[in-house]
Amino acid sequence: MGIEQLNHNFLTGNLENLVNWSRARSMWPATFGLACCAIEMMATGAANYDLGRFGMEVFRASPRQADLMIVAGRVSQKMAPVLRQVYDQMMEPKWVISMGVCASSGGMFNNYAIVQGVDQIVPVDVYAPGCPPGPETLIHAILTLRTKIMDGEIVARRAETGAGAQLHLPPPAPKARPAGDTPVKLLVR
Amino acid sequence: MTDVTDLNDDQTEGGQELQLRADTDPLELLREAGAVLRLPEGPALDPADISTEVGEDETMIINMGPQHPSTHGVLRLMLELDGETILRTKPVIGYLHTGMEKTAEDLTYVQGGTNVTRMDYLAPLFNETVFSMAVEDLLGVELPPRAVWIRMLLNEVNRVSSHLLFMATNGLDLGAVSMMIYGWRERELVLAFLEKVTGLRMNHNFIRPGGTAADLPAGWQDDVLELCRVLPPRLDEYDVLLTGQPIFTERTQGIGVLTKEQAIALGATGPVLRSTGVDWDLRRDQPYLAYDEVDFDVVIGTCGDAFDRYAIRLEEIRQSLHLMEQIVDLMPKGDYRAQDKKVTPPPRGRIDESMEALIHHFKLFTEGFKVPAGETYVAIESPRGELGCYLVSDGGAKPYRMHIRGPSFVNLQTLPVMLRGGLVADAVAAISSIDPVMGDVDR
Amino acid sequence: MTDIAEVDGDETTVEPEPPNVHGCPAESVRGETVVHVDVAAYEALVKALHDEGYTFCADLCAVDHSANPTRVLPDGLGPERFEIVVTLRDMAQHRRVRIRCQVPGAAPTVPSLFGVYPGTEAMEREAYDLFGVLFSGHPDLTRILLPEGWEGHPLRKDYAHGKVPVQFKAPQGARHA
Repeated sequence: MGIEQLNHNFLTGNLENLVNWSRARSMWPATFGLACCAIEMMATGAANYDLGRFGMEVFRASPRQADLMIVAGRVSQKMAPVLRQVYDQMMEPKWVISMGVCASSGGMFNNYAIVQGVDQIVPVDVYAPGCPPGPETLIHAILTLRTKIMDGEIVARRAETGAGAQLHLPPPAPKARPAGDTPVKLLVR
Repeated sequence: MTDVTDLNDDQTEGGQELQLRADTDPLELLREAGAVLRLPEGPALDPADISTEVGEDETMIINMGPQHPSTHGVLRLMLELDGETILRTKPVIGYLHTGMEKTAEDLTYVQGGTNVTRMDYLAPLFNETVFSMAVEDLLGVELPPRAVWIRMLLNEVNRVSSHLLFMATNGLDLGAVSMMIYGWRERELVLAFLEKVTGLRMNHNFIRPGGTAADLPAGWQDDVLELCRVLPPRLDEYDVLLTGQPIFTERTQGIGVLTKEQAIALGATGPVLRSTGVDWDLRRDQPYLAYDEVDFDVVIGTCGDAFDRYAIRLEEIRQSLHLMEQIVDLMPKGDYRAQDKKVTPPPRGRIDESMEALIHHFKLFTEGFKVPAGETYVAIESPRGELGCYLVSDGGAKPYRMHIRGPSFVNLQTLPVMLRGGLVADAVAAISSIDPVMGDVDR
Repeated sequence: MTDIAEVDGDETTVEPEPPNVHGCPAESVRGETVVHVDVAAYEALVKALHDEGYTFCADLCAVDHSANPTRVLPDGLGPERFEIVVTLRDMAQHRRVRIRCQVPGAAPTVPSLFGVYPGTEAMEREAYDLFGVLFSGHPDLTRILLPEGWEGHPLRKDYAHGKVPVQFKAPQGARHA
């Protein structure tokens, strides 16, 4: 009874690829619309450009339920700690798209009030330029992020940098098993 | 992970926040309860009138925002609650402060439009219009009629798109999620027209001192009339979906009530003021552009509640469409910008032919034009209310001081009055009905 | 110069130059009345205008004139560092007036208009936040736009823009050495 006899009713794959495939296709964004870019983000979510086809139409208000933070708009000095707190409240794996030039680099506002690039506060995965970036640009950013997720490169990089916060937690201690047991036997039982 | 309480300590805004009633000076409570009633015409408020039935240990201060799906941007509301009833509110703003007024002092008048347009980002053409009008007032430049009418057309188109967004977000906040999709569907039609004319969907930088950046494209009349043909039946759909619907009316009628005296005392303008019954619209009462040559109705409410504001904006869309139809008929021919060489750049084709045109273009886009010393205040009627620009020039190529009177900044002061005694869910309806744009509030 | 006051809708009368308004020197600037006043007479003037019918305060802002010393003021009024500019509207008669109050830079304190126009609460807080002008009698004079612990008043002329120098990195593998 080999695989040949299953008549092509099964797909086999790498577990990591399957996990990445499902993560990439149902990223739930956290609502972090700040300024003009938020309007274009809403337009992307609306019927004409439809983020629903990417599985992303549910913008979660609670960061605990979101995996993607699209920083849409200019981040002021007063808002910066709030941004970091919301990012910290999100659970791994999480991604950040910096939407618009103000979020990416401070944009046209090179002054006392605006943080010059949101990557000073949170690690950014994809930058989407534009002022504001049209819905097509945002979708392109999302698809770029999707390919990055599928590559698995982000998760590897995050492990190195400790999720961007240089947190290196000790791995959990392996549970003690009775000597002689093998995993297969456990299943059979 | 860092301790959450540590983060909280870093993020208090100190004196800007709300303190418990027990910790607040009685005079301060008096002010909050009825400051507007301290006007000579109103009755004085007796300290005994402040309700003290609720034990001090039963109230809670809840923080709403700045990251919140229903606060229309980064508005933070501190609410003191007794159960679900709001006793006191304090809005904390500044989470989108961009220093635009400071940046404006560093940009020439030609570049100023790019800065100003991002303030009220739902009505960018209005910001550009008021800035350009203030500059032209100081310059003393006379605009050709076509430039004026193009500005008027674009302003009304932008009013339609801004009010459609209000419809969408108002519906979403109250739970009518499909309204979000419908509102944006209509808005895409309008944005497509704006993209055809100005090149961009938002933050156009199209209305500049001296006129507009370019002429209207060929066939614009058909596009505008198509909008005027397609939108009214859809607005009727919204009437059916929302206006007559019991859940919507229950959630908005009697919510966020404001009286005439309160509105005028607090400086509210736009639909917020008109919902209380005050008949004031800058387009008709202090006409600018060519609003005295066209015919439109000013929509006024009676009860000053959230439902009135919704109905006013819905009707204002219809009035704007009516205005757009008239503009299509009455649009004059001519130049789209003043032919003053020191102010408006030459057409691009001329730069190859004429040395003088090249020099003018160069000087205008590097150094900019100088504006005579003086000061002026110009105000227009934006979808949110009175949008004003106070401009001081010292004779140079950059504004000495540019202050924008943001309608949402002043309208937000009505929020504590509106929310008093209401429920938390009504707070969402009331904020939504003011239609604040935080870019305008914080600048 | 005849001034057809374009801000007053239907009227087409020639407006004579108003020499003073409630005792304070005034001028007509492009059809609009501008009243100049100093801190001492400010509150009385505003109350008088309010009683006259200007029941709506459209705008209150501050200007730092330290880099603009050559502006012209009527006689008897010394130019100071700060100016508080108040725009009032009379909705019944469709009129508008602008008040410019000179505020000394050394002790920038001005009476608050909160008692007359409660709507100036946020505007005065903004002027305090960005310029450091103090409003006596204001119920809650705290920063409104900037974080609470911010030092300095950004819109003053001696406060730098806060620009961060932008570094452009050379592209990898430049074609020219």
